[in-house]
Amino acid sequence: MATLSLRDVRKSFNATQVLHGIELEVADGELVVIVGASGCGKSTLLRIVAGLETPTSGQVVISNRDVTGLEPADRDIAMVFQNYALYPHMSVFGNMAYGLKIRGLPRAEIEKRVQAAAEILGIGALLERKPKQLSGGQRQRVAMGRAIVREPALFLFDEPLSNLDAKLRVQMRAEIRRLQRRLGVTSLFVTHDQVEAMTLGDRLVVMNAGRPAQVAPPMEIFSRPADTYVAGFIGSPSMNFIPATLEEGGRAARLAEGSAIQFADGPRPGPAGMPLILGLRPEHIEPGDGPDSLPLAVELIEPLGSETVVHGRAPGGLAVTARLPGAFSGAVLPVQLPAGHLHVFDAGSGRRLDP
Amino acid sequence: MQKKVIFRGTLLPIALLAPQLVVTVVFFFWPAGQAVYQSMLREDAFGLSSEFVGLENFREVLADPSWVHAALNTLVFSGCVAGLALGLALFLAVQADKSLRGATVYRSLLIWPYAVAPAVAAVLWLFLFQPQIGLIGRGLNAIGIPWDYRLNGTHAMILVIVAAAWKQLAYNFIFFLAGLQSIPASVLEAAAIDGARPARRFWTIIFPLLSPTTFFLLVVNLTYAFFETFGVIHALTGGGPAKATETLIYKVYIDGVENLNLGSSSAQSVILMVLVVLLTAFQFRAVEKKVHY
Ligand SMILES: Nc1ncnc2c1ncn2[C@@H]1O[C@H](COP(=O)(O)OP(=O)(O)OP(=O)(O)O)[C@@H](O)[C@H]1O
Ligand SMILES: [Mg+2]
Repeated sequence: MATLSLRDVRKSFNATQVLHGIELEVADGELVVIVGASGCGKSTLLRIVAGLETPTSGQVVISNRDVTGLEPADRDIAMVFQNYALYPHMSVFGNMAYGLKIRGLPRAEIEKRVQAAAEILGIGALLERKPKQLSGGQRQRVAMGRAIVREPALFLFDEPLSNLDAKLRVQMRAEIRRLQRRLGVTSLFVTHDQVEAMTLGDRLVVMNAGRPAQVAPPMEIFSRPADTYVAGFIGSPSMNFIPATLEEGGRAARLAEGSAIQFADGPRPGPAGMPLILGLRPEHIEPGDGPDSLPLAVELIEPLGSETVVHGRAPGGLAVTARLPGAFSGAVLPVQLPAGHLHVFDAGSGRRLDP
Repeated sequence: MQKKVIFRGTLLPIALLAPQLVVTVVFFFWPAGQAVYQSMLREDAFGLSSEFVGLENFREVLADPSWVHAALNTLVFSGCVAGLALGLALFLAVQADKSLRGATVYRSLLIWPYAVAPAVAAVLWLFLFQPQIGLIGRGLNAIGIPWDYRLNGTHAMILVIVAAAWKQLAYNFIFFLAGLQSIPASVLEAAAIDGARPARRFWTIIFPLLSPTTFFLLVVNLTYAFFETFGVIHALTGGGPAKATETLIYKVYIDGVENLNLGSSSAQSVILMVLVVLLTAFQFRAVEKKVHY
């Protein structure tokens, strides 16, 4: 059982700084998902925790032991790679037993552990095969098996599901979650897939260009995004952003084309006329006529079966996406912007403004 | 997908193949046929007449103690050349794979020996190992080792082995380096996380994954040591002292060109030819059957 702390971890490759001071505390048995766009430094962070990369400064602490200067071998971790990185010349059994043999476990114990792990993962019949005789999903399981037989203090996953087809990915996702709960191993999981992040994580770290934009449980990230980057990254289709300015007293925002929206939950601090960005998720936009409704000129309709995504333009030229229940057709969609679901951001810094 | 081009008629394809076929026939099949034919003849002492003796020449060659001696020399020589050239090349390739800074310079320097002609290489090694003027030769004598490859058969053998291995080093190095670079970094990282230290990673991951390359190079090196080291031996020791460095291929030359015993020499070269064919066939079979993983 283990905890993980990252203390002001920074990393530069030559002149380019990739990580700008990461702080993170992972509790015992917790699964923390690191999510962010491609190239934001997720893998680099994970590799620093694994010991495959040395941080330029900062500390990695596992269970109150500073492991920053230690070799991967001395950190008691296991990692699942995106390409699985199985040993091509060894059988499935050999792959899973490799780490145990190095630790000098007795033969019987090795067999027992590999058998048990193979049982859990449903690969008991494949133990004699070589990796190239396996399907992608089976290789994925072997890579998982290789990690769990070690009974490490910490699991690290670097996009382990991204090479699988959509259906298998959903299945393996649930399996990883169940396995992690059952074994209670502290885990760090890297992905760029927001659905994976939301469904797997106890907490999420949303990374933006080498900085953690927000660290919080999934639902909090969804309902109270800390800035416009997080708000736009999490949720599909992504949030609508509407430029506005703050009214005198901070109780309302005025949109560019003239109408005003009263904040439902209280006044925001700031001078009158301060530029704002209002955020509204497509599913919160309500169709319907009214005195202050916006008529959207429909540009694209995406029927998804149980619901329909409508892309349109407001009179000022602003692009707006709405997600409506059921089917829709037509050239104009009048919509309401419900004040109760409004997210308010400072246009200058991008930070969330709370009452 | 294989793309097949269909030619109309037969003239063009034949014309296209002709140069290759002519070269093969003139420089391989014809001399090889000559050798087989010669190996069954015996000429009289003045080269005026020859008679057909069947397999008599082969029987004599195989029973000749000096041929057996040369065969043993060849085994020792080839084994040592292949072992030395492979081991050293692998070591250097692992170093080159590691250090990325200056690696291109290092690599090009290592490739040079391959471009050096055997006789030039031999002279180079002479300058080093000559007991009176050679840098290393004099050094050895100075520290009390009576080094003289012109008198001592073992010394002579060491010298030709080192020189021949050095010539082959570059070739092996290139192949090993390519082999090393085709091993995915993540597999080695996985092993590191699994707890394997560098030495263990080498012997349990890198070495087995290189085995197809190593096997291919082993056959190439043996073939090289058997048949392509004539120049090095000729320039360095001339097969001496007292035939201590006379290998099979060298003996073919001595018996055929110097002693003009064409029948015996032809029989010897036919035996060598069969050996090459066997080695090559063995390699093709092995490569086809198991690419190890
Ligand atoms: N060895 C390296 N040398 C130089 N730059 C590197 C190195 N490794 C990564 N980088 C750079 O660091 C940045 C972060 O890379 P990283 O692999 O951590 O991204 P990532 O978030 O995992 O992206 P992805 O989702 O595409 O895997 C990238 O801009 C990359 O170009
Ligand atoms: Mg990555």
